Amino acid sequence: MDFDYSPQEEMFRQELRSWLEANPADNYDADTFEIIDQEDRFQIKFDWQKKLHGAGWVGIHWPQEYGGRGATIMEQTIYQQEMARARAPGLANPLGISLVGPTLMHWGTEEQKERFVPKILSADELWCQGYSEPGSGSDLASLQTRAVDDGDDFVVNGQKVWTSFAHKADYCILVARTDPDAPKHKGLSYLLVDMHAPGVTVRPLVQISGDAEFNEVFFEDVRVPKAHLVGERNNGWQVAITTLMFERANFGMVYNLEPMLDKLKACVKDLEVNGQPAADDPEVRQQLAAFHVETQALKFNGYRQLTQQLRGNPPGPEGSISKLAGSELYIRMAHFAMELLGPYSQCALGETQGIDNGFWARRALGSRLYTIAGGTSEIMRNIVGERVLRLPKG
Amino acid sequence: MDFGFSEDQELLRDSARKFLDAECPTTFVRKMMEDDSAHATELWKKAAELGWMGILIPEENGGIGGSFLDLVVVMEEMGRSLMPGPFLATVLLGSAAVLAGGSDEQKDAILPKVAAGEWVMTLAQAEKSGRYDAGGIGMPATARGGDFVLSGEKLFVPDAHVADQMVVAARTGSPGAPEDGITLFLVDAKSPGVEITQLKTVDMTRRQCHVAFQDVALAGSQVIGEVGQGWPILKRVLNQATAGLCTEMVGTGQQALDMAVEYAKERVQFGKPIGSFQAVKHKCVDMMVQVENARSLTYYAAWTVDENVDEASQAVPMAKAYCSDMCKTVTSEAIQVHGGIGFTWEHDMHLFYRRGLASEAAFGSAPTHREVVAQTLDL
Repeated sequence: MDFDYSPQEEMFRQELRSWLEANPADNYDADTFEIIDQEDRFQIKFDWQKKLHGAGWVGIHWPQEYGGRGATIMEQTIYQQEMARARAPGLANPLGISLVGPTLMHWGTEEQKERFVPKILSADELWCQGYSEPGSGSDLASLQTRAVDDGDDFVVNGQKVWTSFAHKADYCILVARTDPDAPKHKGLSYLLVDMHAPGVTVRPLVQISGDAEFNEVFFEDVRVPKAHLVGERNNGWQVAITTLMFERANFGMVYNLEPMLDKLKACVKDLEVNGQPAADDPEVRQQLAAFHVETQALKFNGYRQLTQQLRGNPPGPEGSISKLAGSELYIRMAHFAMELLGPYSQCALGETQGIDNGFWARRALGSRLYTIAGGTSEIMRNIVGERVLRLPKG
Repeated sequence: MDFGFSEDQELLRDSARKFLDAECPTTFVRKMMEDDSAHATELWKKAAELGWMGILIPEENGGIGGSFLDLVVVMEEMGRSLMPGPFLATVLLGSAAVLAGGSDEQKDAILPKVAAGEWVMTLAQAEKSGRYDAGGIGMPATARGGDFVLSGEKLFVPDAHVADQMVVAARTGSPGAPEDGITLFLVDAKSPGVEITQLKTVDMTRRQCHVAFQDVALAGSQVIGEVGQGWPILKRVLNQATAGLCTEMVGTGQQALDMAVEYAKERVQFGKPIGSFQAVKHKCVDMMVQVENARSLTYYAAWTVDENVDEASQAVPMAKAYCSDMCKTVTSEAIQVHGGIGFTWEHDMHLFYRRGLASEAAFGSAPTHREVVAQTLDL
């Protein structure tokens, strides 16, 4: 065992750290970011991606030929550590970078790669993911959106829902049914759809947090060139699963948990429980210690997973639980903060009587995202139970 | 960055597993539960021949001079097999204290006998208060010239009934801080005035004792380290032993999980294996999450102990806090997966649960360790 970084890795860390110190995100304050207007948040993330991209710091895990750095697994790890350390904002095109680019590199034709990939990192084209439908959530393969063969095009009709960032997106990875007579997993195809094409309507949905970053998307006779089919026709499920694997692997909950715990610790310093400083309260101390222990456990799980990758071994069970355990821990932390804040926990954004300008209320509401998006906790438990523990399917 | 065991350590794990599968099946564990001492001398001898008692002991003292991580690999397998007897008491408590703080003479006299499997050792620390911190050590050793007289009681002393030598933590000075004035003594278990009584405890594979000391005369040469300076030695020993115990708990939890998963695949109700029902499947996944988290925390704690770095003072309590909860919960939930048969004496699952309960209690339970963690969090 060895927890040191090599001199080259340390140099990489230093290079990135220096760059981040010299080039902070514009108009950005990590402490208030979550409670500012969502349009302002988007603009900050957009500008930040442009700035990072100008210096070659977007999509570093991508191969150099596609504008990445071909970063090693360790460099990717260090990148995430340093971004978390700098409390940098997210990017405007996360789905493009994490899901679409890697999926296209794996399944796309040369023409598709040349056409679409370069504009992902630069944020010149933003992407969304057209998977869930009103009748097809966890049972994704039952989806009903149709793509009908018509000359050089497919003609798409249907509805998608919970489509994050569709209102900003230029393109969509869309899973649609091309063979309604085949078994449900066998008749799907994976298309790249222009969100500005005639017949596409995006209607924002307001989330429980009050933001409206996800949407319902309607497709009415939308023409999609056949050149924008990824993988073989009716083999879209395989492509869609590739994307899902990237999505789940990318959840990286640990990088959310540590800052969350820091915020919780800071919050405890200012509060009282039963007339005593909260930091002296045995129950508070027990709970914070337990959160710390679980957060560290997930971090060390990540190191074990990383070690398996570095040794060229298949991932072990430790790799399957980051999203499942991390997302549930995140909610428990948010709920504990609400409990500690007492009546002030209710104060929403802009309430001047509040002591955190509504941050924790917003966190509590928003934290539910992670146990649902990208596969609910229940679906994750099915997957781990069946693929890792080899328990029989229901 | 490499958070895994070496190839040699994985080979050691395989050979330990094969050995214990052959020598220590649960039928054997049950025999030892009914035994007067739970100490199987044949198994002990064979383990000594494999070098297990001497993994931490340097070659010049008759050991094999391995690392703590080598020991950890073997102990995980011991936990999986519920190996009965005084291994932890001997290797990680008694002889570990001599190794950590003993003089050359003490090491020469004791360690070769431990490595050869000739001597069993233990550590007498806890008292009526049931505490494992410095403040829990109150039994006095009164100075008489250069010698000492020991009087008082120790509780929950592991395997004292079969020990040849025990290390006893006693108070030789009036404390300023609780950590001051603690002295470690090497005491022959057969000394006049030492009375050892087995306690009836839940895990019959590993016995614990009440030990009474009545005017036990000790020579100055029996002091380990310096008079009044015992706590730093003891602290190190406890950290190491706790990390070792956590490793066993990971093995115990993993085995209980494996048994529950196997049963859930085979047991048919409503025309289907019960593992196909989400209520059971999801329970098994939650058990796996706990085992994997415990494993990561424990391996990290073991690494900090092996490297003797400062992080050990946070990493070990983190591991023990989590493993205590994990081992109890996972073994208990494994009984639940088995249903009625799991609640019988005949089925083995209660042996794992019993070990989980005993391990939770040893060296401080989860809340105690969480408070230690809290103290490191700058609250």
